[in-house]
Order: sequence, then structure tokens, then C-alpha cells
Amino acid sequence: MSIESSVADRRFPVDRQALVNRLREVLPAQALLVEEEAMRPYDCDGLTAYRQLPLIVALPADEGQAQAILKVCHELKAPVVPRGAATGLSGGAMPHRDGVLVSLAKLKKIIRVDPVSRTAVVQPGVRNLSVSEAAAPYGLYYAPDPSSQIACTIGGNVAENAGGVHCLKYGLTVHNVLRVRGLTIEGEIVEFGNAALDAPGYDLLALLNGSEGLLAMITEVTVKLTPKPELAQVVIASFADVRLAGDAVASIIAAGIIPAGLEMMDKKAIHAVEPYVNAGYDMDAEAILLCESDGTPEEVAEEIGRMTAVLEKSGASGIRVSQDEGERLKFWAGRKAAFPAVGRMTPDYLCMDGTIPRKRLAEMLLAINGLSEKYALRCANVFHAGDGNLHPLIMYDANQPGELERAAAFGAEILQLSVRFGGTITGEHGVGIEKIAVMAEQFSLAEIATFHGLKAAFDEHGLLNPGKGVPTLARCREYTQARAGSAATPTRS
Amino acid sequence: MEALIENWVGRVAEAASAGRSLAIRGGGSKAFYGHPENGDVLEVGAYRGIVAYEPTELVVTARAGTPLSELAAALAEQGQWLPFEPPHFGAAATLGGMLAAGLSGPRRQAVGAVRDFVLGVKVLSGAGEVLSFGGQVMKNVAGYDVPRLMAGSLGTLGVLLEVSLKVLPLPVAEKSLRFTIDEASALARLNQWGGQPLPISASAWHDGVLTLRLSGAAAAVAAAQRALAGEELPEADAVAFWQSLREQTHAFFAGDGPLWRLSLPSVAPRQALPGSTLIEWGGAQRWLRGGDSRAIREAAAKAGGHATLFRADDALKASAGVFQPLPAPLLRIHRNLKHAFDPQGVFNRGRMYPGL
Repeated sequence: MSIESSVADRRFPVDRQALVNRLREVLPAQALLVEEEAMRPYDCDGLTAYRQLPLIVALPADEGQAQAILKVCHELKAPVVPRGAATGLSGGAMPHRDGVLVSLAKLKKIIRVDPVSRTAVVQPGVRNLSVSEAAAPYGLYYAPDPSSQIACTIGGNVAENAGGVHCLKYGLTVHNVLRVRGLTIEGEIVEFGNAALDAPGYDLLALLNGSEGLLAMITEVTVKLTPKPELAQVVIASFADVRLAGDAVASIIAAGIIPAGLEMMDKKAIHAVEPYVNAGYDMDAEAILLCESDGTPEEVAEEIGRMTAVLEKSGASGIRVSQDEGERLKFWAGRKAAFPAVGRMTPDYLCMDGTIPRKRLAEMLLAINGLSEKYALRCANVFHAGDGNLHPLIMYDANQPGELERAAAFGAEILQLSVRFGGTITGEHGVGIEKIAVMAEQFSLAEIATFHGLKAAFDEHGLLNPGKGVPTLARCREYTQARAGSAATPTRS
Repeated sequence: MEALIENWVGRVAEAASAGRSLAIRGGGSKAFYGHPENGDVLEVGAYRGIVAYEPTELVVTARAGTPLSELAAALAEQGQWLPFEPPHFGAAATLGGMLAAGLSGPRRQAVGAVRDFVLGVKVLSGAGEVLSFGGQVMKNVAGYDVPRLMAGSLGTLGVLLEVSLKVLPLPVAEKSLRFTIDEASALARLNQWGGQPLPISASAWHDGVLTLRLSGAAAAVAAAQRALAGEELPEADAVAFWQSLREQTHAFFAGDGPLWRLSLPSVAPRQALPGSTLIEWGGAQRWLRGGDSRAIREAAAKAGGHATLFRADDALKASAGVFQPLPAPLLRIHRNLKHAFDPQGVFNRGRMYPGL
């Protein structure tokens, strides 16, 4: 698989000089970057294997400037790629070679935190963690907490429907956003949702979440704030066998417990993390589970008791309960540092993001171990076990001929397995450019065509983030033919 | 079962070529909701039955014609339920109608709405194709979120065939409390409590009385009850009360006069509109009997929300419109979406807005 070929798709006949001239008429000089050197930092997002320079980078300082950019691009039929902090892992913010990369980083005002209505109104460039920090004095926080929360922005969170480690109990971004204000590709201001709990007509707000910048450009978001639980405690359970750990996850849910967080790490992930952050993980375990309870002190005591009983019964070889907030944060620090910790062990890694039914976690882990041998590449596994979301981290070295291709093939097999197990190719990282080919694994041609129709309902000329999220029908046919030629055929129940 | 779908594909093609509309009908329990239709009735209730239910996955998949009561019974056997407490409005209510109407009950503010729990759908499109979106897992960002788009779309985008939902364990303990309090003070208290980690799962104010329901772990409910005081309702009365709100059998909803639903920010002040009112969802849902349509719509918009003419005769629906009018850019997107899913305008034409 060649990375270049999978990125190239539709071209747009754009006259760069005409575009620059028109944008200069509507924007201050410092809001445009046109020199290659200045644009270089914008050539990729968190998926660094895929790089592309845009024609122009635009840095609007407010909604009015963003609107002016869209009007010009719409008139000249130039592609527009919105970008937040570019922490995304699927290439959703990778520039288009014929278009304008619009960084919304300067729209970073927290407009209002209202403790009475438990909402915050923020611009798209506001960092996820800043919202919780601004809400903290009122005993409130913003629940979705992707691992990149120090850096990632709310606009990007909405575009990707970002998750985190507390989704099972507190939901995804879509469950925590009340209103999105944005611009259509024509530059019209639109509001999806409102300050109430629902809006008339179709639920376009739900559609915007996870739309990867293909439907509208976000300029303001109203998020729901949640009262901070009085207490949170986490249990760490060690297992000598991944199957026992996988079954323990199902047993916790079967006991009627909805943990605030339920994470799993395999031995490779533990060994990557422990020397890096000294979280206190059991280095002898084949897998560990982190299981969190939050609520009133009485509630937490009761729930931790029930969790511990289930984990013991499930064959845990060791159990530890955090004794204070410092220890709880230390236990979580290991999990949250998993990606950078693995990053220290290898020049490059690919992070996969399939989701499967929980009951198949152990089966998947064993299959991944098999694939690891087949492709002769190491793989560390961190799972959001509570919601069946997998993050296998496939380690490779891009400078070794053939390794990237092997890593990509390894990843593709994991995604095919995810679909075969009744799951999905992406739980929270998005399709972007990375998984666009594999979409054909999960959707029929008619379904893909419906997605294109849906996209056209917002963006008739396909100018917003083209080439991302949904493959062309031609690409789907190619994929299906190639798969039919290989050993396994695409399976879909 | 598949023969049913084949038959419907034929009906859709016929209707499309004749330029006619089909009125999709499950149990008929929510036929009152939205604008009346004059299309040929497409009965879909026979496509029923639970397809997959695994309690440890917290997911159930069932055909859209499955009666809600049957689904609820299957979940209850495993100690689980649909926590958004969907109104049935009659014994014939189906899963498909629940999703298409997009209505949620007393617990909505605490746990979310129908749209927050739908994970996947299988639909028959206006082009006669069977399409699947979403899936059976909780985290899924492959493709646009069509399953949630279906919630509240009133059957205008396709015939729902199968629905996958997230389910949750039943609450361990529940207690309901009563307070004598005026409307403005009740709204203030509800918003103040909403900012605290209290296990409030439902609230209702009407005629000088505020009723609260607490749900969760026994210890948490007991602690909240001590903190809030209030007069405890006997359990049977509490269950009957919340059910009477969910099903609109409470005396407030009796009679034939128009019923308005105002969806407002919970902090919106008391609305100076004539007519009796009942407030739910911590202030975010306010029911109103009677009144002037234009004044109600204006007040709702001014407060940052919208108003739905929930129950009324056809004449009033026609003159006032059931749903708050949409701004031009949003209406255009609605029409384009309708066209994408149902290019010939076969399904439930005009049920939501003219031209959809």
C-alpha cells in the first residue's frame, strides 16, 4: 500500500494566485501564510505518516474572518480543511493540496461559564482541559476526557465525537454538547441545537458530532458541565491470563455495575508505561484492569466493595484500591501516558481504534498477538474495555524498508477483525484519511452513496474537507475487488 | 420476515412512480403527533421481535415493530431497562415509533434522550434499499451518525426496520420527595440542585407542588434525602405519579384543549403566558394548556428554546404549525437531507414540515 496513492483523490482546478489575492482583500496580512516554510508546520496532524502542503494557510481571528474565507473559497470552488490543535490520529486535518487549511487556533476564548445552567460557551480553539479548569471553581467539569485533553480543542472534539476513559458512564462528546454554531460552506451562520435540551426538526447537532469537518465549520460550542463527583477511587486488578481479564470486564457489567472508567492494558503496554511514569503497575501481570467508581463517599465505598468482589471471583491475581486522590491520579497517569510511553520504545507507531463487543476482548487480544508474529512487529495494547474500544499500538520504523507497509497491513487486519466480530473500524479517532479505504469493509455501496448524499445536503460542491471520512464509490469497488482476491472475503453480518 | 420487506420495497416503488406518499404506521399510538398525513397507510407492525440481546453488552437489537411493552419485559427480566423512560401512549406502542417520535420521559434531563441511546439502525430508504448505519457498540464514529438522525425524524427519512439501543441496569434504589413551593422558587431550586452531585432522576412542578425523584445506590439516595428534606411519597404513589407524567394520564393533560410543549433552557424564568403549566426536566420542559400560538412561539424563541404544538385539532395544527419554524439555512439542509434519503418524497410527507 502506498500512502501517497491513498491520499490522492479528487483534484480541484484552483488558481492559487487568484485565491491569494481574494483572501488578501478580506483578511489582515498576518492571517495568511503562503510561503512553504511558514506552511510546513501545518502539513499533517497527529497521523504524521501522511503529509501534504496546502495551497494556503489561513488563520482567522474571529467568526467574521472565517466567514469571509469560506465565502471566497465557495466562490472560487476551493477546498477548505478546518484544523484545531491537530492532535487527531486519523489525518482528518491533513491539508488538501488544492485548498486552504483554516486553523481555528486563534478562536480560543471561553465566552461564558454559567454555573447555574451548568453550561459553558466556548470558541472552537479552546482546549478541552481549559473548559474543566474554568468550571472547577463552581464544582463543575466537562466530562469527555480524551487522552490528548491537555492539547486537543473543543472544535476538534466535536468534529471527531471524541471519547475518553469515562465514556461508559458519562458519554461521548455528542452526549455533552448542547449547541454548535458554525458556518456553512457558503459562509452562512447556522446554529445546530440550542440552550435547551432539544431543537425542532432533524437532530443535525448529532450529525455534526463526528462529521470530521465535512459538513460545516464550527465557530462556537455550548457544552454541558457536570457536577464533580464528591469522590472517585480506582481499583487495579492484575491477571495472569488475558482471557480472565476479558471475562472480568463482562462480569462487572453483568453485576449491574457501570464503572466511571474501565480500562485494560496488556503486558507490553504495562512494560512500556511503568519505567516511564512509575504508576505502580504489576510488571508480572499479563493484563491489568483499571476500574473506577465515583459518587458520594457512601456510594463509592459500596461500589468499590462490589467491584473488588467481582474481580476476585474473576481470578485476579492482585487487587489494589487507590487510597487517596494522589494515588488515584498516579494509577491513571500510567494509562494516560501509554501513547507517549510506547513512543519512547519505537521510532514510529500506528494506533488502531476498532471497537468490538466486550465479550470478544480476550479473543481479539490473542488474535493481535498472532498477527504480531505474522508481521514481525511489536504491538502494545490499551483498551477502553468498558466500551470495547481497542487501541493496539503497532510499532515500526519508517526508515526500515517495508515496515510501514507491514504495519499498515497489520492494522488493516485488526480492523477487518473488528468488523467481523460485530464491531466498527473506528470508535473515537475517526476515519479521516487513514481508514478511508477500510470503510468498504463496514458499509455497502448503497450506504456509502447515502453518506455522499448526506454530505451534499450540507455542501453541494464537496468543498469541505474533501477526500476524508467517506471513500468514493470507485475506491470502495477497488477495495472490495482487492479483498475478494485475497484469502478472506469481506464479512458483514 | 424478509418477505415483508420485499413487499414494502414494492409498495415504495409503486408510490414513488405514482407520486404518492406512504403514511408509515407501527402501533398508531403516536399518530396524534405531528401534522396529519393523507398518504396510503403502510402497516409495519408485523416486522417485530428481538434479534439480539446480551445483557453483559448492555445492548439490545430488535425489529422496529416490536411492542415497547415486550421489549421492556425482556429487559426487566435481566434487571435492565431503557433509562430515558420513553412514553408509550398506548399498549400498541412500538420500538420504531419510539425512535421516530424521539420522545423521552421524566428521566431525560438526568440520563439523556432516545437519541443518546440509539446505536444502530437498519432502514428502508425511499430508493427501496435496505441500509445499515451505526452498529451494536457504544463507540462508533465510522460514517455519519445516521442512527441519531433518525431519532425524532417522524418517519420522513425511511422505514425503520431494526434498532440497536444501549440499555442500563435498573436503579438499585428510588425515593420521591414533595415540596410546597411557588413556580419561580422551584425553578431556582432545581437549577441550584442541578449543579450539585445529587442523584436527582426526575422533577415535576405543578400547581404549587414540586416532586423530585432520587435514583441510584441506596446509600446515595439516603444521603440526598437527608440533605434535601421534603415529604417522602409512598412508593406506590410515586410510581403511579411518574408514570402518569410519562404517559400523560395525569389530570393536567386531561381534556381536548391544545397542549403545548416548550423546550427551554432550564434557567429560563417563569413564562408570563396564560394557561395552566406543568414543568419537568429541571425546568427544561414546560407543558402549557391553551394560549395564543404566536405569543407562545415568540416567548419560547426569546427564552432560547422552541415550542411544539404537541396535541391539538387539525385546524389549529394547520394554522399554527406543529413545530417551530426553521431558519432558512436549516430548512434548506432539511430539504436536502430529505431528498438524500427519500428522493421521491414517499415517506410521511408533510408530517414534520411542509415539503419534507
